[in-house]
Amino acid sequence: MLAYLARRVVYTVPILLGVSLVCFALVHIAPGDPLVSVLPPDASLELQRALRTLYGFDRSYPEQFVRWLWRALQGDLGTSIASGRPVTQEVLKAVGYTLRLALLATAIGFFFGALFGFVAGYFRDSAVDKLASAISVLGVSVPHYWLGMVLVIIFSAILGWLPPTGAGDEGGPWQFFRHMILPAVTMSVIPMGIVARTVRALVADILQQDFVIGLRAKGLTDYGVFRHVVKNAAPTALAVMGLQLGYLLGGSILIETVFSWPGTGFLLNAAIFQRDLPLLQGTILVLALFFVILNLLVDVVQTALDPRIQRA
Amino acid sequence: MAAFAEQAVAEPPPAQTVGYWAGVWRRLRRDPVAIGAGIVILLLILMAVFAPYVAPADPLRASTLRRLRPIGSPGFPLGSDELGRDMLSRLIFGARLSLFMGITPVILAFFIGSGIGILAGYVGGRTNTLIMRTIDVFYAFPSVLLAVALSGALGAGLGNALVSLTVVFVPQIARVAEAVTTQVRGRDYVEAARASGAGGLTIVWVHVLGNVLGPIFVYATSLISVSMILASGLSFLGLGTRPPDPEWGLMLNTLRTAIYVQPWLAALPGVMIFITSIAFNLLADGLRSAMDVKQ
Repeated sequence: MLAYLARRVVYTVPILLGVSLVCFALVHIAPGDPLVSVLPPDASLELQRALRTLYGFDRSYPEQFVRWLWRALQGDLGTSIASGRPVTQEVLKAVGYTLRLALLATAIGFFFGALFGFVAGYFRDSAVDKLASAISVLGVSVPHYWLGMVLVIIFSAILGWLPPTGAGDEGGPWQFFRHMILPAVTMSVIPMGIVARTVRALVADILQQDFVIGLRAKGLTDYGVFRHVVKNAAPTALAVMGLQLGYLLGGSILIETVFSWPGTGFLLNAAIFQRDLPLLQGTILVLALFFVILNLLVDVVQTALDPRIQRA
Repeated sequence: MAAFAEQAVAEPPPAQTVGYWAGVWRRLRRDPVAIGAGIVILLLILMAVFAPYVAPADPLRASTLRRLRPIGSPGFPLGSDELGRDMLSRLIFGARLSLFMGITPVILAFFIGSGIGILAGYVGGRTNTLIMRTIDVFYAFPSVLLAVALSGALGAGLGNALVSLTVVFVPQIARVAEAVTTQVRGRDYVEAARASGAGGLTIVWVHVLGNVLGPIFVYATSLISVSMILASGLSFLGLGTRPPDPEWGLMLNTLRTAIYVQPWLAALPGVMIFITSIAFNLLADGLRSAMDVKQ
């Protein structure tokens, strides 16, 4: 297993390199001069040339990439054009907000998804199963940004129970939590459908295996069988949950825009519309790194949890 | 079709010999959910094509006097939007851009991704490693993030949104195409064809394509729902179509300011996205089980 882990870690390095290359390229596929948003409209040629040298845009692409990567490795992602603050600082602050939202959403989504999926798989082809399947289809089909709007309409505009936008951190932890409910519930729908689908298939499959029949034959109670099923389904279900957390971290932009949640999605939105390319590049890089590392962790944890996985 | 005939010989003959696609259609026809979903999609497409005949009003005609009329107002069956344009007509015309933006990237990615995947799977070796490792890099981004990053960097616009979404789906389809091709390449009938002197191109054209396109197609149909949500999402962010063109995601965005005045009206464009997305998901599910001969 150690050999597998070592190989898995080594295999991640070229992926990380590729991911940073894509992020680097983002600035260069952007139309127009990358300096256009820094330069004043009446900039002289000398100033343009000086800035070009300062930002290193006069060098060859490979040279620029190596320099950019070297700085990024030291935690320097450049300076935001819009705010003038270091990109790293801006991104890390936003990641905190997104992470809290995504964790709560994953917890809600996993709990209900696993519950629905388990009941559906246990009582296969029953009414409950059909209902759970319907819920999971709805969960993966719903445009979540629209669901967010609908929740705001119901709980903020009509009922007035919960705040529609912002994070409300000035009001203390209770206010913060109240602000987090609607975006987190909206976000939880995505993993809920996927977890329900996975757990249903897992449970239905496990229940058909010989060892379950054996357990029942030796007279084990339903609760005892239930424990065995959970134990067998857990590694895969947890892996799915881990991956979903990664998707939510990277995919929160639409939901954060709906709720004006001050996370990475909101930052990304601002970066795109202010043509703040260093900020765009930095945010994408950090989110993609999170995703790659989370994938690695999920693989490692799953291998450790599930002795049946033989990874040569 | 020759490949399917060969396959049929290898397997025990069914009671009544029918073509593969005829069998798929027969199984699909017995699936009421898939048929229902297919009818909904057909209606949506017809609505998009014949929008000028179906819509009661001009979707672009604005009127400051008739802004945000509630649902069911006289002359505005589904109300009017923030610029006084007829909602029903905009929803009907919106089907054109929304369906186009959702389906086109998947079609493009189907051709490009299949090409790349089949090449990698058939050639194998170093070429395969090179192609698949490159694809892994794009796989390392969550779909939404990659779509937003690319169209954000390229700038707002319909063309850029389509390019970004295609780039998102190409790696996903290529992965499936590679896996299926690798599987098919090892089958006996490919070996037999090679032994009887068939050239590489002939084998790919006759034996591989016929057997891999089905599964890739099923996978691609399951992506349309995601693509619809993402495409409208890009417009919702202001990265897709531009005002005043009617597009469901964009309409949802411009109506956001109206949720305190006409809450249900503001949610209408999302209902259209939701219905379309459910229909494509259910059809893809039905197609998958209909094409899965093992079932």
